[in-house]
Amino acid sequence: MRQIVISAVKYASLVVASVMMLLPVALIITGSFKTNQEFLTTGPFDAPENWLNLSNYATAFTRGGMLLGFANTAIILVAAITGTILIGAAAAYAIDRFTFRGRTATLALFLLATLVPAVTTQVATFQVVKALGLYNSQGALIVLFMGTDIISIYIFVQFMRSIPRSLDEAAKIDGAGHLRIFLQVILPNLKPAIATVIIIKGIAIYNEFYIPFLYITNPDLRPISTSLFAFKGPFGAQWEVISAGVVITIIPILVLFLALQRYVYNGFTSGATK
Amino acid sequence: MVPYLFVLAPIALLVTFTYVPVANMFAYSVTDWDGLDRVKNFVGLANYVDVFTEPDNLRVFVVSLYYLGASFVQMALALYFATVLSFRVRLKNLWKGILFFPYLINGVAIGLIFLNFIRPGGGLDSALLAVGLESVIRQWTGDPEVINYTLAAVSVWRYMGLNFVMFLGAIASVPGEIYEAAELDGANRWHQFRHLILPSIKPIVGLSFILAISGSLSVFEVPYIMTNGGNGSETFVIRTIKMAFENNKVGLASAMAVVLLAIVLVVTCVQRRLVPEEKVDLT
Repeated sequence: MRQIVISAVKYASLVVASVMMLLPVALIITGSFKTNQEFLTTGPFDAPENWLNLSNYATAFTRGGMLLGFANTAIILVAAITGTILIGAAAAYAIDRFTFRGRTATLALFLLATLVPAVTTQVATFQVVKALGLYNSQGALIVLFMGTDIISIYIFVQFMRSIPRSLDEAAKIDGAGHLRIFLQVILPNLKPAIATVIIIKGIAIYNEFYIPFLYITNPDLRPISTSLFAFKGPFGAQWEVISAGVVITIIPILVLFLALQRYVYNGFTSGATK
Repeated sequence: MVPYLFVLAPIALLVTFTYVPVANMFAYSVTDWDGLDRVKNFVGLANYVDVFTEPDNLRVFVVSLYYLGASFVQMALALYFATVLSFRVRLKNLWKGILFFPYLINGVAIGLIFLNFIRPGGGLDSALLAVGLESVIRQWTGDPEVINYTLAAVSVWRYMGLNFVMFLGAIASVPGEIYEAAELDGANRWHQFRHLILPSIKPIVGLSFILAISGSLSVFEVPYIMTNGGNGSETFVIRTIKMAFENNKVGLASAMAVVLLAIVLVVTCVQRRLVPEEKVDLT
């Protein structure tokens, strides 16, 4: 009897929590299929009249500039992640495979930087970006995403240790230089770490709001998150269009999550604790 | 020579976009700079005095307390669900996915989802009405007494999943045989929780508690997107940002940023003392 009660409480709590997690999202989804008139006159729990009404999605894509937003996000993602991987792996290679003067200082520099909250330093970073002539360009986002990422260096260093040094030695005997060892031995062996970095970094960049909001004012250069934020203005009275925009933004992340669940969980539990 | 070539680019980026700004931040914080002017007048510690005496600046510390309180709720919930899901449960992956997924959603999308959910006559009000709780209905973001509870609750919704998955991972690190052995010895669920689960997750819970302090001062996205910091919901970071980029008080904003940085550093030092390092070693 006691077992049954415990079991009932357990499942009831899971169901209640799931409803709380899903309900706000579900209402955005149903709202996105309603017409403007319908949105204003029907209750939030009323089903849309026509589940195939995609006109809000069309509006979000065309007038809301989401297509452009996705394209911009894609450019930034590819450039920043490629840079992060090369830079992070190079730093990890130097730190793990060499002893050199200033190695400890280098390490300390990276570790200390993890403590600096990036949101607040933007007060001063803004001036640096402006001085470099990167204000209002995607270059600003790319270098900032690349340059302030210490977690991926950490992940690479961790993983680098598990790559046997005998591989480096063998390549060296074959006459390979350091650059070739890095490109042909280290990088291919870092694949699992690279996959982790792509996942957590990719999600972080895709979701990043403040940096693009601060550095990009030109609507043609906006990534997806600030494109969506811009909906608040012109579509302020058209929540059905905003809803469609929200759904469009969530879909890529949902697909990624469903396809790569295990890696996503592992990535965040290894990355979040730093 | 070789290692230097490999660390050159990472260090250059790190210095340019982290250390130079931090150094500048300290330099700006003792001036009255507006962000544009050629001249910066030295004003000593006046900006710092402002941070801790001006009532509008002090208010943001009070706001952060709501988020600090919320983070305890968040951790309690995460701990509960991590415990429940570490035992045998049907549809385990489904529950886990549902509880975690909000953490992956774009902050702007979350802000908009909840603006829609809590608008007068929206989903929340209708749901409360449907279960006979209409007396609970408030102006969720319109009432200054309620707004910070609302926004802190959204923050719990967003971040609970991360805590939960981290706790779950820590619990899973205890080998299954130990639970079986405990069960054979007659340990019930509470005993298992108390003597097996709790010790295994103590370090990560400790870490989360401490991170909650700096986290509650760093709250930015959700209140900025939902209310733009209006109606008494301004957080420390929102105020810093507004001072710098809307009110052209870069000096004051820098002082605020320095204060936040100092708090984060102190909190981290305390954490390193209390929770022995087990994961953080880069050498």
